[in-house]
Amino acid sequence: MIRVELRKLVSRPRTWVSIGLLCLLPVVVAVFLAVTGIAPRPGQGPTLLAAVLGNGALYPAAALGIVLPFFLPIAVAVQAGEAVAGEASTGTLRYLLVRPVGRTRLLAAKLVSVVAYTLLAVVAVAVVGYVTGISLLGNSGQLTTTTLSGTALTPTDLAWRTGVMVLSIGWSMVGLAAISLFLSTLTDSSLGAALGGLAALVSSTVLVTLDAAGSVRDYLPTRYWLAWVDLFRDPIPWHDLQVGALVQAGYVLVFLGAAWANFTTRDVTS
Amino acid sequence: MTDPSPDTPAVATRGLTKRFGRVTAVDGLDLLVRPGDRYGFLGPNGSGKTTTVRMLLGLVHATSGEAEVLGHPVPRQAAAALAQVGALVEGPAAYPHLSARANLRLLDAAGPRDVGDPLAAEVGSRRSRRRRIESVLEEVGLADVGRKPVRAYSLGMRQRLGLAAALLRGPRLLVLDEPTNGLDPRGIAEVRDLLLRLNEGGTTVFLSSHLLAEVELFCTRVGVLHRGRLVAQDDLDALRGPTGRTVVDVDDVEAAARALGVPPPDRRRTGEPAGRLVLEGSSVAEATSRLVRADVAVLEAAPERRTLEGSVLELTS
Repeated sequence: MIRVELRKLVSRPRTWVSIGLLCLLPVVVAVFLAVTGIAPRPGQGPTLLAAVLGNGALYPAAALGIVLPFFLPIAVAVQAGEAVAGEASTGTLRYLLVRPVGRTRLLAAKLVSVVAYTLLAVVAVAVVGYVTGISLLGNSGQLTTTTLSGTALTPTDLAWRTGVMVLSIGWSMVGLAAISLFLSTLTDSSLGAALGGLAALVSSTVLVTLDAAGSVRDYLPTRYWLAWVDLFRDPIPWHDLQVGALVQAGYVLVFLGAAWANFTTRDVTS
Repeated sequence: MTDPSPDTPAVATRGLTKRFGRVTAVDGLDLLVRPGDRYGFLGPNGSGKTTTVRMLLGLVHATSGEAEVLGHPVPRQAAAALAQVGALVEGPAAYPHLSARANLRLLDAAGPRDVGDPLAAEVGSRRSRRRRIESVLEEVGLADVGRKPVRAYSLGMRQRLGLAAALLRGPRLLVLDEPTNGLDPRGIAEVRDLLLRLNEGGTTVFLSSHLLAEVELFCTRVGVLHRGRLVAQDDLDALRGPTGRTVVDVDDVEAAARALGVPPPDRRRTGEPAGRLVLEGSSVAEATSRLVRADVAVLEAAPERRTLEGSVLELTS
């Protein structure tokens, strides 16, 4: 079943169009930066962008910083919201279930497919970011890259830090995917499920900035979303990254559990 | 898993009930479909047919009562039962951007490798997939659709594809909900012939429909659903059985009435054709011999039979 879901994922034009669009925005930004040479002042504009001029190897991280607030979550929420509700609205859900495919198995396969999509998207943005960064913004002619703290990074250092970054961002997207997947089992409208996931995201983003909501801030899903920036400091302050991963794990567990409980007991009337 | 014996009912339910909130969609159903039956599940739209079908397929959970499909309790052992069932529920469905073949490949790959029938080890296997897909497409008349995506199909072609998907694994029981929807008269006849062939090969067919004519032409056994309750379940011939009355067509209806000692019919009231007499408590032999003795020419004489439509209307009024 997992293989079937993955085949569905790659055979669908929308998968590739959405990933293509995700990759396009960082390229456009890089072109502007390279042509004008005007970088945002440190502390302003998208994360890390101030540091990339003349430092192209850091651009994968900056590229993810560009798509992280909106584009990437939208793509993931749409994909996860579509997972069950989309099958329900085309009517194929009932035919899968009577084939028969166990409901737990179907849900697990959907989850794997959504996670695969998320990783594919994050890795694609990182790779495209690297290629654009190197070719448009230059590598400053040295083998080392400078961290945000001003120390030098060897290429190996940079490689594993970028890898951890991809995993960390991917994991926060899985948290969002779990919420959308749960909503997807509740409704037959994939749009409704995707928008529900995004609504949760927007609410969380608003509450994080609100001092009055300080008591719950640390438990909000987007609270530690930008913690991966710490990977480009020296030494790495691991605390936020670790807590962030744990908070996401909580969301993943609760919402996947809810999705499973709901989907395996509900009437399929679509 | 033990193979059910040949007389295990294809479908058996006891007191099957489904409530949606305060609405009782299906109320205490006792269905019995014997193996090899061509069972017609009749009822007007909204009478609970689809909900019943969904319960048999484990899609909807019954509020109370039990259901067994091919000897397996549903939904507890739905996987074992459904592996040997082909279904078409509330219209066909397919991924619109893929071709018929790609759709069937995905659907087949999603199903279990082992269908629980030791004689049919090939049924779910990947090796035989291509061959099985070509053969069902051939059977439903879609062999030369090529690579066109399902998006571009007509309703009739989608219906045929849905039927192909149901047949893909050579099921022992076919559960079909309005299978001829959207087909033209020739298509309907083709589907009926196909189902008859499959039935002769031993496949039990459970056909849910609101079309009396379709059921009358195809089925051997009929269940009639009315507002969620099963108001009749019997062989088709029993539902169309003789009424005990005799119909004779004669050239001179006045003379015939005199000869038989009955009042001449008032045609405006009965709506019967001219020259027809309907006799209570008289056999064909008795009536014809009396008419011949009285020198009245008999054009036709036969026991009156109920029509399926008449029986159903009577049961559901």
